[in-house]
Amino acid sequence: MAVDQAPAAGQPSDIHARQLAGLDALELGGGTSSGLASRLWGRTWPMLLAIAIVLAIWQGVVWSGRWPEYVFAGPAETLGTLGERLTDPEYWQAIAVTMRRAVTGFAIAVVVGLAVGAVVSRIKVLRAAFGSLITGLQTMPSIAWFPLAILLFGLTESAITFVVILGAAPSIANGLITGVDYTPPILLRASHVLGFRRLQLYRHVILPASLPSFLAGLKQGWAFAWRSLMAGELVVIIAHQSSLGERLYYDRELADSAGLLATMIIILVIGVGIDLLFETGDNALRRRWGLQQVRN
Amino acid sequence: MTAPLTERAARRAEGDEPAVRLDGVSKIYGQGKNGLLALDNISLSVAPGEFVSLLGASGCGKSTLLSLVAGLDSPTAGTLSVGGRKIAMMFQEPALFPWLTVSANVEMALRVQGVAKRERRQRAAEFLDIVHLGGFGAKRPHELSGGMRQRVSLARALAQEADVLLMDEPFGALDAMTRDLLHDELERIWQKRGLSVLFVTHNVREAVRLGDRVVLLSSRPGKVAEEFDVDIERPRVTDSPEVAELASAVTARLRQEVLRHGS
Repeated sequence: MAVDQAPAAGQPSDIHARQLAGLDALELGGGTSSGLASRLWGRTWPMLLAIAIVLAIWQGVVWSGRWPEYVFAGPAETLGTLGERLTDPEYWQAIAVTMRRAVTGFAIAVVVGLAVGAVVSRIKVLRAAFGSLITGLQTMPSIAWFPLAILLFGLTESAITFVVILGAAPSIANGLITGVDYTPPILLRASHVLGFRRLQLYRHVILPASLPSFLAGLKQGWAFAWRSLMAGELVVIIAHQSSLGERLYYDRELADSAGLLATMIIILVIGVGIDLLFETGDNALRRRWGLQQVRN
Repeated sequence: MTAPLTERAARRAEGDEPAVRLDGVSKIYGQGKNGLLALDNISLSVAPGEFVSLLGASGCGKSTLLSLVAGLDSPTAGTLSVGGRKIAMMFQEPALFPWLTVSANVEMALRVQGVAKRERRQRAAEFLDIVHLGGFGAKRPHELSGGMRQRVSLARALAQEADVLLMDEPFGALDAMTRDLLHDELERIWQKRGLSVLFVTHNVREAVRLGDRVVLLSSRPGKVAEEFDVDIERPRVTDSPEVAELASAVTARLRQEVLRHGS
């Protein structure tokens, strides 16, 4: 490719071009990439192993006889109940209600977190004033917000959404702020020399540079949102609107051990599933940026 | 190949307005008693089309000086003028944007000028051709070797269509073989495009190999210690006896400077 535009073979610049091309080819070398199937299997089998170990321990505890089986159901019975519930449309409706709340709450939290993060990272005074407050909010257990939320909104879905937003938004804002703070200074200098200033600099350099940190914030924000939501659904029971938290609550009331454990499994699976989505996004980004070597 | 040299010599002789002029420039970091004098009363000029190597041991404020010329920082005293010329700069690190492709990185220089997307792409390809990376536009920076990344960085600097190119030890982190090839490349591109270059390095051979003039800075504070004219015909070779001879003279002078700090 480089050789094409050299004037004629044998001229010094042509030799340079060919030497460079040779060096380039040597330095790039071929990387090894394993197939999709083997990569998938490489990630799946440790998970399967973990599940097998957990099931074994669970069964062991049940067999130990510490609790009677109607209090602490074994894996077989629980998985049976889980199968039954997954064929029950009403149960799916409960899942749908919970997911709707999660998605709505998280979406609003993203908007709020982005707005707060953008403003706070841009304005120095606000940074000094609110920077540590945002970090403080992150450490506040979401369940502590519920008394206030119920006072403000009553036993309604708004109370739940309110706490979900408060749980997730600080992490998202913090992710953005950290990303802006840690934009490599060399990139800022290079951008300055290229002529980028103020808004253009923010849009074309600082925001893209903070993407990995922002994504980490999103992931953490999701974890907080999901926890807050489950706490909320256990505390704020709304009539005629079944949800996963509500099912958990009534399973305990009715001492339905297998049902309770089945619902917990569903909650875990949804949490892990969405976390995997974020991780996939994170990995794709790392691959594009050439960061995967840093991964521990 | 020697034509540009005489042309430049003629231009210098005509007394053209310098491309870069520093007059009694000082830079102090911090204030009062704790202030650190980084640059002390530096006067220096680069003629249009001239290649000046700025050489010095650590602590001579070479990088500070470039930052001042680039407008990344401002001098504490003295005047600095680039006569409204456009300035491009290359750093020791390639400083490429990891989220952009190689082509898009070069395009960033054009984007800020509001060039339309299509033209941007086309011109970026031309600049990549100049550094012999024509086929690599769609790659990401991390897929390239260190030397290739520095060439992308050079292509991006060229895309600014600046008159003055500042280079802050751009080849310092590369292996000797790659560095030699990039010296040839840089010499060729500089001659073709008539750039004025201010090239900072701590490598004496590199300074002599590339510069029309080598300006030696002393350390703490940074001061012009001596200037050497390099009258060696181009294209030059780093291993040539002429380069080696002048390099050893410059090295001897540099050692004296370093010795002053030994006692």
